[in-house]
Amino acid sequence: MGRFILRRLGLVLLTLLVSSALIFIVTQVLPGDAARSILGRFATPQALANLREKLGLDRPPVVQYVSWLVHYAQGDWGTSLSTSEPVFPLVAARLRNSGMLALVAFLMYVPLGILLGLFSALRRGKVLDQVISITSLAFIGLPEFVTGLILIAIFALGLNWFPASSDIRPDLGLIAALPRLILPGITVSLVSLAYITRMTRSSTAAVLATDYVRSAYLKGLRPLRVLFTHVLRNSLLPTVTVIAVGIGWLIGGLIVTESLFSYPGLGRLLLFAIQRRDLPLLQAITLLLVVIFSLSNLLADILYALLNPRIRYT
Amino acid sequence: MPEAPVVFQTEDLSVGYQTDAGLLAAVRGATIGIREKECFGVVGESGSGKTTLAMGAINYLSANGKVLGGSSRIRDVELTGLRRRQMRRIWGSRIGMVYQNPSAALNPSLRIGEQLREVGRRHLSLSRSQADEKAREMLLRVAMPDPSAVMRRYPHQLSGGMLQRCVIAMALITRPELLILDEPTTALDVTTQAVVLDLVAQLARDFDSAILYITHDLAVVSRLCHRVGVMYAGQFCEQAPVSDLYHAPLHPYTLGLLGCVPRFDPEGGKRLLASIPGSIPRLDALPPGCIFADRCSFVRPECRASRPPLVEVRPGHWSACLRWKELPTAAQYAQAGLRLSSHREERPEVLRAEDVKKSFPPTEQLFGGAGRKRKSIRAVDGVTLWVRRGNTLGVVGESGCGKTTLLRVIAGLAPLSSGRLSLEGAPLAPVLERRGRETLKKLQMVFQNPEASLNPRHTVGRAIARPLRLLGGQSGRAARERALKLLEAVNLPAGFFRRLPEELSGGEKQRVAIARAFAAGPQIILLDEPLSSLDVSVQASLVNLLTELQERNNVSYLFISHDLAAVQHLSHWIAVMYLGALMEWGDAEDVFAPPFHPYTEALLSAIPVADPDHRQRPIRLAGSVPSPANVPSGCRFHTRCPRKIGRICETEAPPWREGRDNHRISCHIPLDELSRLQADNSALAPPGGQS
Repeated sequence: MGRFILRRLGLVLLTLLVSSALIFIVTQVLPGDAARSILGRFATPQALANLREKLGLDRPPVVQYVSWLVHYAQGDWGTSLSTSEPVFPLVAARLRNSGMLALVAFLMYVPLGILLGLFSALRRGKVLDQVISITSLAFIGLPEFVTGLILIAIFALGLNWFPASSDIRPDLGLIAALPRLILPGITVSLVSLAYITRMTRSSTAAVLATDYVRSAYLKGLRPLRVLFTHVLRNSLLPTVTVIAVGIGWLIGGLIVTESLFSYPGLGRLLLFAIQRRDLPLLQAITLLLVVIFSLSNLLADILYALLNPRIRYT
Repeated sequence: MPEAPVVFQTEDLSVGYQTDAGLLAAVRGATIGIREKECFGVVGESGSGKTTLAMGAINYLSANGKVLGGSSRIRDVELTGLRRRQMRRIWGSRIGMVYQNPSAALNPSLRIGEQLREVGRRHLSLSRSQADEKAREMLLRVAMPDPSAVMRRYPHQLSGGMLQRCVIAMALITRPELLILDEPTTALDVTTQAVVLDLVAQLARDFDSAILYITHDLAVVSRLCHRVGVMYAGQFCEQAPVSDLYHAPLHPYTLGLLGCVPRFDPEGGKRLLASIPGSIPRLDALPPGCIFADRCSFVRPECRASRPPLVEVRPGHWSACLRWKELPTAAQYAQAGLRLSSHREERPEVLRAEDVKKSFPPTEQLFGGAGRKRKSIRAVDGVTLWVRRGNTLGVVGESGCGKTTLLRVIAGLAPLSSGRLSLEGAPLAPVLERRGRETLKKLQMVFQNPEASLNPRHTVGRAIARPLRLLGGQSGRAARERALKLLEAVNLPAGFFRRLPEELSGGEKQRVAIARAFAAGPQIILLDEPLSSLDVSVQASLVNLLTELQERNNVSYLFISHDLAAVQHLSHWIAVMYLGALMEWGDAEDVFAPPFHPYTEALLSAIPVADPDHRQRPIRLAGSVPSPANVPSGCRFHTRCPRKIGRICETEAPPWREGRDNHRISCHIPLDELSRLQADNSALAPPGGQS
């Protein structure tokens, strides 16, 4: 097991190396003159020279890259061009906020998705199953900015249950921020919820049709015992992978949702960095997203291996 | 055993399924009674309703299934109409089940111990440790070595035979009154099957259970059962004590089934099997009269007038045939098969494999053992054999012996690691891509699973015409006419030309695959277990077809199978393979008569013979085939050999000992010594011999 994790970890590092190089090339090398592309066509030569020196653009690209990567690994993420603050604490605070939102969303869609999928599989072909199937398909198709707007229209503007904007103070605690996390949480959840529902449904339906479930019933076991010991352990296996991989997707979904609700998270900060052409900020956030994505994939692999005895011992 | 009380009975039981075509009665008017300690066999081909009968009788049907009438009782408890809640107290406690495929019947992510334990917990109200103790006890009863270790294992860590023993142990924990075995050995190797059958026979004596044994295999039934019922298209056509059924069957279908079983012909030589023409009628289109009339060779007009009932024509012997008095005996019926010419004369070699080896690199493993150097897998380890023109060489062995790899090497699908292949004296390129068109024409193949080997989007005509175009250089009308001829040659109607594979039955698909192999005009056809996924009556007609096509086209076959009876029936020469190497090789008649290689001897004694009075001294092999990554030293069979003579078997590779006519045995025991040892034992007394 240890060897397996080490090997996967090595692969993650390789992924990070490659993607960091890509990020660096796209943002800093390809534009030709990064200072010009940041400051625009009408920048004075002096300003350009200042910026070039500040970013170290006068050095060869390989040196720039290595120095950036080494500093990044040490937690020195540079200084934001637009706010002149150090990037690391800025990103860390926003990451915390995005994490809060992700956590709320996660706690909503994972249990609910599994439950809906189970119900659907157990009532295959019945009305409930069809309703769940059609709704989940619809949610997979709808992008967050549509579902978010609908939710705002109904629950914030119409029913007035939740605030329409989630523009909290960036350092607000989870409990205090909770009422403002519900609507964006639901918005982020819907797509993942639909995926998990469908995944759970299909894997549970497949397991219910196996010989070993038949033999469990013919052992005279009670239905709940069959469901929990014999069905779930096998049918949740693929679902767990989808959930873990989904964490990466969740972060992606946040970018749209956070700007829709004006929530001070990582996604909105990324958008800000793009609009302001804030190179150090942009690079830092993008690479961070890659790290999160890779780690969630690693988690999925490890969980799958842990839960599946056939992988563990072969 | 007429004295013992009846434990389980069904009376006039009918079971149906709601389908698109309406409500179909898959089982009609089934009446059986099984006494304590009695084993009742239900025999039938696929689609005969035998499993539906069992599942309907114990009230376990899918949502669209329904008991339509009649009753089913265990002791004096009526099962039909009981609710699921009530059935749950009976399933697993008064009724135990054993299934066809043990690796599918056990939950892959639960340890064996947990799956056994929950039965005792549920039905005997045992504590966790008591239930474990009970499970261990039962595992010992089914002769499982080291039960405590087995209970900690997951199913994928055990072999098929071990798993089936676990399932049997699980079914017996509550000492059920009724034990249902649904094809429990079909998925197992012949040697493992023999061990499991012995076990079931012994348990039947030790426990008081009534046993309902469902199978398609008449030979297995004759080994185990006291009474047998033959099912056809949803109803019983005959029920009788086992020896009456085998020696004096009173229904043409039973006669036909017995005729389909390839048996060891005491006179040697080849004979066509007495197969049953046609196929089982569809449930929504049953004929109004006798349901077997359309396939029956004894049919008279009155048979079609009304459906004959199942009546007791002799004491204990029930038949649903109007003409039961006029039927021939089983022996007369089987003799009707046409005898074929002898093959003893010397013929030129078509294919030769010289010291062929094929090894695979060790598999890359996810959680590899650190530092342990893995060995490569020697799947085929130095095989020399040849096939003569117009002859069949059969290669037999248990699964994992390397016979499929050998075939793939010869076919060029897996390039050999070392050795030489030659076709009609000319060297044969090891890789398929480097074989010319002429070579491809000469060497064709028929695969085990016709479902997978026919392109589902190509019509039958296109499938057969393709090799004509690609290899034969024929096109258009010529190819079409030739394809129609080939269809006719494999006894398929011309109307099949435009059909898609999904519209065909398994046997029909395999006929198309055979026609396709013949289309190129081959010198030799490689047959990879072409019969093993098919019903007995279909197997028989395909065996006949292959034999006839061989006689007509003077083509050679290299036929691999785990079914020794089929191999013996089809082959002129036989090679016995174990763990990548040949153990014995020779003329079919010599291989199937003493002296045997000890492995051949064990294989032969493991085959159930379709004759209840046939007694063979059982030789059972211990354990399972070792891993080809770790071939034992000396003689590779020494770890399981019942005739091992000592250290020499472990240290020295045995010499090839030559008998008559190229008959060769690889063993440290000299041939006359083997003959002497095996003479009194006579593992293979021909079934007709003593009756």
